[in-house]
Amino acid sequence: MANKINDETIEYVGILAKLELTEEEKEQAKKDMEEMLSYIDMLNELDVSGVEPMSHVFPVNNVFREDIPSEIDGREDTLKNAPSEKNGGFEVPKTIG
Amino acid sequence: MSLMSLTAVELGRKIKAKEVSVQEAAQAAMDAIMAKEESVNSFVTVLDEQEVLNRAGQVQKMIEEGTLNGPLAGVPVAVKDNMCTKGIPTTCSSKILSGFIPTYTSEAVKNLESAGAVIVGKTNMDEFAMGSTTETSAYGVTKNPWNLEHVPGGSSGGSCAAVAAEECSYALGSDTGGSIRQPCSFCGVTGIKPTYGTVSRYGLIAYGSSLDQIGPVAKDVTDCAAILEAISSYDKKDSTSMKREDLDFTSALKDDVKGMKIGIPKDYFGKGLDKQVENAVSAAAKVLEDKGAFIEEFDLGLVEYAIPAYYVIACAEASSNLARFDGVKYGYRTKDYEGLHNMYKKSRSEGFGTEVKRRIMLGSFVLSSGYYDAYYLRALRTKALIKKEFDKAFSKYDVILGPASPSTAPKLGSSLSDPVKMYLGDIYTVSVNLAGLPGICLPCGMDDKGLPIGLQLIGDCFKEKNIIRMAYAYECTKTYQHSPLSDRL
Repeated sequence: MANKINDETIEYVGILAKLELTEEEKEQAKKDMEEMLSYIDMLNELDVSGVEPMSHVFPVNNVFREDIPSEIDGREDTLKNAPSEKNGGFEVPKTIG
Repeated sequence: MSLMSLTAVELGRKIKAKEVSVQEAAQAAMDAIMAKEESVNSFVTVLDEQEVLNRAGQVQKMIEEGTLNGPLAGVPVAVKDNMCTKGIPTTCSSKILSGFIPTYTSEAVKNLESAGAVIVGKTNMDEFAMGSTTETSAYGVTKNPWNLEHVPGGSSGGSCAAVAAEECSYALGSDTGGSIRQPCSFCGVTGIKPTYGTVSRYGLIAYGSSLDQIGPVAKDVTDCAAILEAISSYDKKDSTSMKREDLDFTSALKDDVKGMKIGIPKDYFGKGLDKQVENAVSAAAKVLEDKGAFIEEFDLGLVEYAIPAYYVIACAEASSNLARFDGVKYGYRTKDYEGLHNMYKKSRSEGFGTEVKRRIMLGSFVLSSGYYDAYYLRALRTKALIKKEFDKAFSKYDVILGPASPSTAPKLGSSLSDPVKMYLGDIYTVSVNLAGLPGICLPCGMDDKGLPIGLQLIGDCFKEKNIIRMAYAYECTKTYQHSPLSDRL
């Protein structure tokens, strides 16, 4: 199953991962991913038919709680961490043309 | 002898007996940090001395008033830099979180504070806990206190080095695929990765959420049991938190292993294991046998499949967890950009290091349509099979014994260039996380270079007491080895 990572795949993964790679980084990423995936392909040796995928070791259920407002107002401290803020909110570049 | 040469519980006892004040203990930690940080670099952030002494004063008062009376009251602690601490910078050793100051404290640290802990600083780690050497940190490498040319291991390398160099009495680490046990092995200290769900992950910056657990790093088993007792709790704010009623881990500190059954996986002693590590671990097994434990070799099965399954699952979860770093709410934002998406992409590309990007990309790939079934679901199915193998083993044995790492600490700069080779070093640790099991690592010898060797004991889910009891019994046959650097400075 080698050579599944071509230039298009790296571009596509870059879009999914929201990463912008230089040409040099792309070449390296291609090599690294190819190598890692051919190692991971070892999993194909196992017969997993009929085995349920296990995402958690213990049964995990949604935990619900009442939506009770509390007194904590961390707005000022929270906004202090923002790279850019305006009028009590996070400032982002224009999103609609 | 510095107060930092004492174990946490010993120091706590002296504080309780009024032989040492909390301020004196805190001052000893700050002095040790001042003297040793230039050589070791265990910390990303060291707290302001006056602030630490103020907190120490408050704790002293509460001890005198009788409101604090636990074994760790007044003892100085270092916290891995992936746990949020209100008002104290928390970076995950990444450039992307430079300048981030959390508005709340993680539950495990809160529990420690309630037990009277005095935090002295935040320890260095592999960026976002992704690595086995602490070399992927954006804030410089941490060095092994036993030999400054070697790595401390990772990703909790800063926490383990700080304990080994005696810059603090104990530390908190986190373990996703061996990140407590492997650096403990390399630094000659003791650490526990608890059963998944035992310690709240609230406020722990997530890497692989289904695998991450916070745990203690300390000089001995007694300390680890006391610390684990203090940090474990059911927490509504962590939906994977478990309601447990058997959190009295110190009750398992008994020097008695008579009749306990130990399984030694044959597959753990195969190709790739350093001969000196093998000999030291086998000798430790013999010690336990002489103390009355029953020992048997067995076939664990699927051992080599744990690493590929782990990397698929951990990277998939990481790619999702790290999507929140977008240059909007906190941390780093690129200087020049055109529009929103370009800002996201440039901020992330400039803010994340190479290994983090490598894992996010692999994770995004295995989750992408067309590959999801072939990689991600197959890895989850493999995980189910691995869990079954452990279930089988624990129907026969109380504890599984083996090494924590195939070798002792490698030299600085020798690991990162070949990722697959580096990942292979995780062979004895990752399956424990996949199966949600508890594991302890404690020192069991030295190699000919004077570097520590670690012994790993693995228990069934919720059976921390079995591994604590066995580790304690083994430890009773030895004395703690201080690192040369902790004495020299």
